[in-house]
Amino acid sequence: MKRQFPLIIIFSCGLFMVVQYFVPHEKSEFFYEFIALDWPPIIGVFALMLGVISLTRVSITRIRRKTEAWRYSIVTLIGLFVMSAFGVIGHHYPPLSTAFDWSFNNIMIPISATMFSLLAFFIASAAYRAFRARSVLASILLVAAIIVMMRFFPLGPLTSVVGKTSDWILNVPNLAAKRAILIGVGLGIVSTAMKVVLGIERSYLGKD
Amino acid sequence: MRTTHCWICIAATVFICCVLSLSAAAQVDEPHSDTLIVDSTTIIVEPPPAPISNLQVVDLPNDHGHAFHLTWNISADDLGGRNNVLQYRILRTPGWAGPLTEPQGDGPQWRNEQGTWWHLVEGVWDTIASIPAGTAEYFNRGGKAREGNDYSPDDVGFSFKILSVGTGGAVSESAIFGPVESSGQWYHTGKTWVVLAVLIFGGLMLTMVRLARGGRELYIRPLAGINAVDEAIGRATEMGRPILYVLGLGAPDEIATIASFTILSRVAKKVAEYQTELIVPCYDSIVMTIAQETVKQAYIDAGRVDDYNEDMVYFVTQNQFAYVAAVNGVMLRRQTATNFYLGVFYAESLILAETGSLAGSIQISGTDRVTQLPFFVVACDYTLIGEELYAASAYLGREPILLGTLKAQDYAKALLLVAMVIGVIAGILNLGWLTDYFALNI
Amino acid sequence: MTEQNSRKNIFERMFAIDRRWVYGFLMLAVVLSVIAKPVIPIPISKEARSIYDYMNSLSDGDYIHLAMDYDPSTLAELHPMTRAVLKQCFEKKIKVIITALHQNGPGMAAEAIDTACQRHFELTGYRPESGKDWVFLGYKPYPILIILGMGQNYRIPFPNDYYNVPLDSLPMMKGIRNYQNIKAVINISGTSATDWWITYGNGRYQVPLAIGVTGVMATDYYPYLQTGQIFGILGGLQGAAEYETLVGTPGKAVEGMSVQVVAHSIIIIFIIVGNIGYFATRKKNRVGL
Repeated sequence: MKRQFPLIIIFSCGLFMVVQYFVPHEKSEFFYEFIALDWPPIIGVFALMLGVISLTRVSITRIRRKTEAWRYSIVTLIGLFVMSAFGVIGHHYPPLSTAFDWSFNNIMIPISATMFSLLAFFIASAAYRAFRARSVLASILLVAAIIVMMRFFPLGPLTSVVGKTSDWILNVPNLAAKRAILIGVGLGIVSTAMKVVLGIERSYLGKD
Repeated sequence: MRTTHCWICIAATVFICCVLSLSAAAQVDEPHSDTLIVDSTTIIVEPPPAPISNLQVVDLPNDHGHAFHLTWNISADDLGGRNNVLQYRILRTPGWAGPLTEPQGDGPQWRNEQGTWWHLVEGVWDTIASIPAGTAEYFNRGGKAREGNDYSPDDVGFSFKILSVGTGGAVSESAIFGPVESSGQWYHTGKTWVVLAVLIFGGLMLTMVRLARGGRELYIRPLAGINAVDEAIGRATEMGRPILYVLGLGAPDEIATIASFTILSRVAKKVAEYQTELIVPCYDSIVMTIAQETVKQAYIDAGRVDDYNEDMVYFVTQNQFAYVAAVNGVMLRRQTATNFYLGVFYAESLILAETGSLAGSIQISGTDRVTQLPFFVVACDYTLIGEELYAASAYLGREPILLGTLKAQDYAKALLLVAMVIGVIAGILNLGWLTDYFALNI
Repeated sequence: MTEQNSRKNIFERMFAIDRRWVYGFLMLAVVLSVIAKPVIPIPISKEARSIYDYMNSLSDGDYIHLAMDYDPSTLAELHPMTRAVLKQCFEKKIKVIITALHQNGPGMAAEAIDTACQRHFELTGYRPESGKDWVFLGYKPYPILIILGMGQNYRIPFPNDYYNVPLDSLPMMKGIRNYQNIKAVINISGTSATDWWITYGNGRYQVPLAIGVTGVMATDYYPYLQTGQIFGILGGLQGAAEYETLVGTPGKAVEGMSVQVVAHSIIIIFIIVGNIGYFATRKKNRVGL
């Protein structure tokens, strides 16, 4: 029963979601809004609590056991609780709201932007390692990559030619390949959804 | 002579004043009558434009109700004739009257707006829209909530008429059409091809599953990434280093995340059997809850429930790059032997994979995000591309029932390929009727 | 023999340059180009122009919805787009409903609106007002549900605006119920919110949609452009620079484009160097065999 009950819920909800797609009637919309729009936020709020408890417990365990780099866990806990306090109390006591904004603008924004900018360095090193003309196909890929990267270069009379070629590469061969993958993904999504709804795939619930 | 000129001026002034006062009086008496244009010598009367004809109103099909579809033939003076139509004004009766302090009786003909009640009264015409000249169609989509001021009840007979408003303000009325009632439908006829496709696909799946259950040997193409899973777990065990499993940034309702749960289950079971350490940092708290259950169940199935520790699956943060920083920290500090990146990934894919590559880990990745695939291909040892991620669970389990669904997928793809070739040929030969026949009307 | 060895070493090094050298050169090139500020021309793509033309075709008092669904990490690419779109709206007297459906977005969005208002004030002497010229609704979790909810009525997910003023008390929101009352949604996003806007905003409620996304994401959305589900794309820093050029105020994005060109040049040089090393070592290996 412990496994059958979740399977019954999954089947019922899955079947309802399939049926409601074909039923535009108001009553179908009502149940759709009730199941799909109202329930997730309610579940999400409780799950967020579980998340915060999990993070706190893992961090405290690390600090208590003095595992490797346990000091970072202290920073994590301070960040978690201080920012939450700034946010919640700041709603009623404006000076703390300013502290929240200050922390967000001067800590959060630069750190996030820095992490994202790392991507540029990683792309550079990955491109250097990956684009080798090992075969005919690899050479085509290499040439295409260089043309697309050069599309913003001020190349005098060649600018327009490079721009048009780059647009063609993006809009024709690139899109064709993407569509092929997306069709496979689409079928895979339907297949996986059917397997889950029909209870054929249940490994995430444990061994059947 | 001067006296004569003076009299002429006075007479002209009186005449102009009379004309102006007459025109003002005419406008006051009949606000929608013809316009008088006055200059120093002539009076031009602009007649109203010809009315629209053939007004038809139907309940909008394939919807939740509360809506009508209006069509008509435009006025003879619109885009032709005198070309003096400014706009069309659409009117509907019964119209809303009020506000009242309380409703009288029940039924759909009442609406509540900010504490006041309005009721539908026959003969009251509501202007529901004013649309530009040249238009011959209008969708009157009302609200379904009684609290909204655009509430349009179902099962109430509404009549419609359209006024053609001239450039000078004169109007002409069409014939009244109605009454017509709106209602919601229980089946969307425009989606019939989708129903058929689902039935065909479902039928294929059930057939293949039955064949597989009956012992038919089904060949599926081997995937290097899947074959490497056992090897990667074994390597981690030999090295005595942990395995990192990243479920991605997807919500729990995304299929890639669900597929990742199924793979996690099988990986966790092997990890439990080999008694290796597993680390699953999560981005979403609901994903974390499901992952905890999945891993726990895998340990129970492997008979190693005592080795299960709830902290091996934990929540980090729901901030993309803070999550990446935390996971990268785990990789570099714990020197994970094997990293799995399976699920939904965005810009963090390359940052994770490159850091893992720097740490010398074996890396197996898979995502349905096409944009991130090149990054994973470059930096990981094995990558599951798109649908391969969804198929991975079937590959790992080798259960006939799951392999049957994969086979069904292949056949569906073949059918789709045939349909696409037919579509391309129809496009080239300009057979519009063929492509239109299969078009969806959503 | 010694000469041959040294040549071999050079090619081998070219073939396998340590990634730290790549990082170092890239950083140097970026820093130098930021200091030198070379100017490069910005060609305008038809995807960007179609957004500009659409916005330009709107009349005074028309409404658009600006969905700023990104966080500070993608700020460098996306903020210039937001500023340029807001500038055009304020100049054209288009009323803007703004949301930020990313948990780290609202503060940043409020700052962007404030900056755009201030700039408009400096240029024209009039400061666009909240509730009259623009409304900022802020953030609510679960973007799919919010997008669906706004399709029914803005007041369902947002009874009050970001500054806690009831929507019904704002002059601008009188008679504005849902997407049927607005001319377009401009979604500027660094997240999967773009997918939700395409699926639910355009798919379910048929609202005209244009998007501004990060450079990495842009190619993902070209199929939607061809099918007409979106009417324009601003892709990454380039898209932002194009829009800045179109609205006539070259800013951070146009400046950044020169840095991007230099960075791309460095990457191309490294790719060429790596391939020279690859061919030279492969030739040597063959000779050796």
